[in-house]
Amino acid sequence: MAVTRDDVFHIAELARLGIDDARADALTAELSSILAHMEVLSQVDTAQVPPAAGVGAGGTPLRPDATIAPLMEQTLESFAPSMRDGFFIVPRLATHEDSSESGA
Amino acid sequence: MNVADYTRLGAAAISGKVRSGEVAPSDVVRAAFERAGEIGAGPDALNIFLHADEEACVTETKEVQQHLDTAADVGILAGVPVAIKDNIASLGLPTTCASRILGGYVSPFEATAVTRLRANGAIIIAKTNMDEFAMGSSTENSAFGPTRNPHDVRCVPGGSSGGSAAAVAAGITPIALGSETGGSVRQPAAFCGVVGVKPTYGRVSRYGLVAFASSLDQIGVLGRTVDDAAIGLEVIAGFDKADSTSSDADVPIYRVSALGKPAPEARHPDTEAMRIGRSPVPLPPPPDSTTLKGLVIGKPKEYFPESLDPSIRAHCERALDRFRSMGAVIRDVSLPRSPLAIPVYYVLAPAEASSNLARFDGVRYGLRVDPGKGLKSMYEATRSQGFGPEVTRRILLGTYVLSAGYYDAYYKKAQAVRTLIADDFRAVFASGVHAIFTPTTPTPAFPIGAISDPYEMYLNDIFTVTANLAGVPAISVPIGRVRRLPVGGQIIAAHFDEYTMFRVAYALEASLGAEAHQ
Repeated sequence: MAVTRDDVFHIAELARLGIDDARADALTAELSSILAHMEVLSQVDTAQVPPAAGVGAGGTPLRPDATIAPLMEQTLESFAPSMRDGFFIVPRLATHEDSSESGA
Repeated sequence: MNVADYTRLGAAAISGKVRSGEVAPSDVVRAAFERAGEIGAGPDALNIFLHADEEACVTETKEVQQHLDTAADVGILAGVPVAIKDNIASLGLPTTCASRILGGYVSPFEATAVTRLRANGAIIIAKTNMDEFAMGSSTENSAFGPTRNPHDVRCVPGGSSGGSAAAVAAGITPIALGSETGGSVRQPAAFCGVVGVKPTYGRVSRYGLVAFASSLDQIGVLGRTVDDAAIGLEVIAGFDKADSTSSDADVPIYRVSALGKPAPEARHPDTEAMRIGRSPVPLPPPPDSTTLKGLVIGKPKEYFPESLDPSIRAHCERALDRFRSMGAVIRDVSLPRSPLAIPVYYVLAPAEASSNLARFDGVRYGLRVDPGKGLKSMYEATRSQGFGPEVTRRILLGTYVLSAGYYDAYYKKAQAVRTLIADDFRAVFASGVHAIFTPTTPTPAFPIGAISDPYEMYLNDIFTVTANLAGVPAISVPIGRVRRLPVGGQIIAAHFDEYTMFRVAYALEASLGAEAHQ
């Protein structure tokens, strides 16, 4: 199943990755080539096969549903890009420019 | 301790000398850094270390020395220098996953595996280079430049744990931690002529391992010898409340060397004792490396294709002959769905990665690039500038296979085929086979820059990725050289049977002796 250039821009937006035109062309070819190798999976009969959610081979015990406080040896302020009064500071959620760029 | 002596010793010998007072821990660490300088572990040569702090290590050795002076239990890795892959959180040194998006990030907590190493007297001397976020098979995808193979600096060391494998191969540390998602410990171990073990999924806590594909990720150990790998795994294995996928299965003694029992609580009696559990159940004695009588070793035909490098095939056949001569029965077996493993892996791992790596968004930690146009543009600018090409490619691939209209055709299908691959292993082990032997890689190390096609690079994992998909333990052991470069043989065992895997590995290593490196 070949990936189109529009697909690349769409999934890049879903993944919050900014992609320029030149990179989009290269990624379209690369992803199409990789996905072509996955086509072999469609030939396997899995009608009666349950999907593997994981490979826990037993021995993974349940524990009490209690919170374990993280053992933090540094404060959040020591590594957060921007903090104030114990909160992470982020840019405005939406601006006039954002709205116009997304065509909304 | 002079450097020449140091580079010849395994972890057990170093620990023995430290515990007997023959050598001070500070002398061992000095020798490790001297070796790192001599061989060129820095960015202008082999580029093995991303972060190292000799002064901090000297301070740490004083604590081990104090315990020695007061006759306290210093642990079975007393004074042993260990290098840690840069995606495993360690206090004091940065944890960047070799990515610009985590440039300079110092974790506020430590991985359980690292805490257990320290609790047993190990000294963490450096964080090692790797493919960015463990995505790669050559360490060329590091944002900080490739690591070079100590056996031939023109070649890659393998990946993604290439820095850890090179640190051990170069004689800088006898043990290093790496991580596996599809072969990232065993493949570089094979390329660098060292031992690399991936435990059963759930055997080692993933707490503090930066998540790539959570249903596949496991911390593994690289060692100069099988004994080094066995000691390292024994120390870090076991239940951990902080990882919900961690198993409470008993951890047997894997190593042959006599060192006493690991004592994870020895130096952390308060908080750590709450998080680290050990079973009091009596366990089997260490493996016997002199005989394989009673064992059936499977030789799966899918791992010995006609296209296999004839020199690698010859080394594998020699190893199988040694197994026979030690009393094992070699049986031809089939793991028929193994050829589907690479397509399955490269659907599932990127899918999980696309979710796990969503957390790198410039909000809580790491890089933030803010063009001043609001939140969405901050996310996009941060992630586009922070992630390298391979990580970007895999996030997009993962997002695609999970997106509406493609989920059933790719993700759900790959999960079902993963069940079939795991069933193949279950069937072979249920038929009376105790271990499976294969080549670790289809080729020896390749020159830096030689592989540019992403899928061709993915094929490096063709013999290793099935063990990750099935969750079974596997180890790579040196079995000889091809065109002057090391190659490895892989021993795979059933879930939680690392004991048998090590038994076979010890026997192979003892039988081959110096031939393993010729």
